Amino acid sequence: MMSLMTQKTIPAKQPLSDWFRRNVAKLVVAPTFGLIIFFVYGFIAWTGYVSFTKSKMLPTYSFEGFYQYIRLWKMTPWNVAMENLLVFGSLFILIAIVLGCLLAIALDQKVRAEGVLRTVYLYPMAISFIITGTAWKWILNPGLGIQSLMQSWGWESFAFDWLINSEMAVYTLVIAAVWQSSGFVMALFLAALRGVDSEIIKAAYLDGASLSRIYLVIILPTLRPVFLSCFFILTHMAVKSFDLVVALTGGGPGYSTIMPANFMYEMTFRRNQIGLGAASAMMMLATVMAIVIPYLYSELREKKNG
Amino acid sequence: MADLSALPGGKSPWQSAARFGLYTLLLIFAAYYILPLIVVLSTSLKDLDEIRNGTLLSLPSEINFDAWGYAWNEACIGVSCTGLKPYFWNSVAMTIPAVLISTLLGALTGYSLTKFKFKGANLIFAMILFGCFIPFQVVLLPMAQSLGYLRIANTVPGLVLVHIVYGLPFTVLFFRNYYVNIPDDLIKAATIDGAGFFMIFWRIMLPLSPPIIVVTIIWQFTQIWNDFLFGASFTTGGGQPVTVALNNLVNTTTGVKRYNVDMAAALITAAPTLVVYVLAGRYFVRGLTAGSVKG
Repeated sequence: MMSLMTQKTIPAKQPLSDWFRRNVAKLVVAPTFGLIIFFVYGFIAWTGYVSFTKSKMLPTYSFEGFYQYIRLWKMTPWNVAMENLLVFGSLFILIAIVLGCLLAIALDQKVRAEGVLRTVYLYPMAISFIITGTAWKWILNPGLGIQSLMQSWGWESFAFDWLINSEMAVYTLVIAAVWQSSGFVMALFLAALRGVDSEIIKAAYLDGASLSRIYLVIILPTLRPVFLSCFFILTHMAVKSFDLVVALTGGGPGYSTIMPANFMYEMTFRRNQIGLGAASAMMMLATVMAIVIPYLYSELREKKNG
Repeated sequence: MADLSALPGGKSPWQSAARFGLYTLLLIFAAYYILPLIVVLSTSLKDLDEIRNGTLLSLPSEINFDAWGYAWNEACIGVSCTGLKPYFWNSVAMTIPAVLISTLLGALTGYSLTKFKFKGANLIFAMILFGCFIPFQVVLLPMAQSLGYLRIANTVPGLVLVHIVYGLPFTVLFFRNYYVNIPDDLIKAATIDGAGFFMIFWRIMLPLSPPIIVVTIIWQFTQIWNDFLFGASFTTGGGQPVTVALNNLVNTTTGVKRYNVDMAAALITAAPTLVVYVLAGRYFVRGLTAGSVKG
């Protein structure tokens, strides 16, 4: 089909095919751009509008101001969800970055079997959060999981019931999410470490600097962009986390581990509160944008300067 | 990089100790990542008695694939007891067209935006790129309505449409950033020789593209196969993709809890992306770094 179209354009000379040839790039971009305009911008606008109405099961279009937003922030589950996002997000991001960075540095010391280790560290990134959640739910379940394993090894008083403890369940999400994502952070850091100029390091070493000092003072500061990228990607993952919660804790016990995405889903598809669902979705968009915009801004500025 | 063993100073006992510590650390974390997989695999091969009487780490006394057969053919998902099989094929039927179409559109768009630059091309790229950043919750509700309106709600074609649309920002990003580094002189020379837009794409760009095509296909394949949010929002019953069916299977509470079946089902669901990862891990990593939006 493509060669057919090319052939059509080659004889040319007529005004129509001339016009076609001059505008072919725009014509090719048009479907993609049209889809994005409609399904991204149009849909965000629609959700934004619905968030200002009293829509319940079906959308209504009479403007009601911030009614849903006020209602949203008065609801305990939403506040729990935002609190969970803060606790889960900060721990997840911090641990994943520290662990990923540490593993990258360790792997960068000319170790044997580096390829195998890298593969092992990174494979969880290839599987779905639903599978991660299912696997960790099995491992962490108090009846037959780690708790009973430790007890069978003779540590009778060992207790590890975070999964069913509403105070601690949110930390099981951190364990599973770190397991899934830290290998990815490791891969980003390793790629960057491979790009560091080894002459500088040798010089510093010959000057008598210790290995840990070389890393802390010379290498890590040059990796600032990687830290920023990781921070940004992991934040994005945290705000969007939905499936891991569904599979690992189901939001429970009670609603102690729900996240904003789960709240949105529940309101929109289960409780017929689509106005409220739309308002919570817009809050999530605002959260992501609060992080994306400064990030993109700093990226663009760096490029101009560099 | 930090090849300090080659430097003067020699191997002191202190250095060997550090080396030992390093390997210990690496192996402990290797265990952290690999043990869940081993536990899941060994649980899926045990029978229920063995699971109840043994521990997490005890290996199956004999290899027994019953749970796998049960998960594939018989397990109950909601009220229908068909196993994962039909849902697995739903996922296949959804993933293949969505990956191919979004990759092709991404390649054509990336090509147009870099090699046939027109006024506003950069703005259009920035506007498409924005789609990478949105939390999909902001489009769920209108999408559910639109799918109903188009009469493709709860169907595989409906999910294909959703995945094409929301995969496009990523595929455009990948191809655009790849093509931007291909010298414009190639295109100029071809244009002087009389080649048109599609001829250049077909004869010059595509032969240069295999690496980015592989990266994009792997990225899209993993994203779409692993999706849960869209599947859970837009499908019910028989139209569900395998990730949603897996979650329902695990959370179906009627009857005896068959942990071995749950674990076998999880592995069946994970198998396609794991196989791709093992076969093409290098490209997988490249996709992840490219998808991390540096560009």
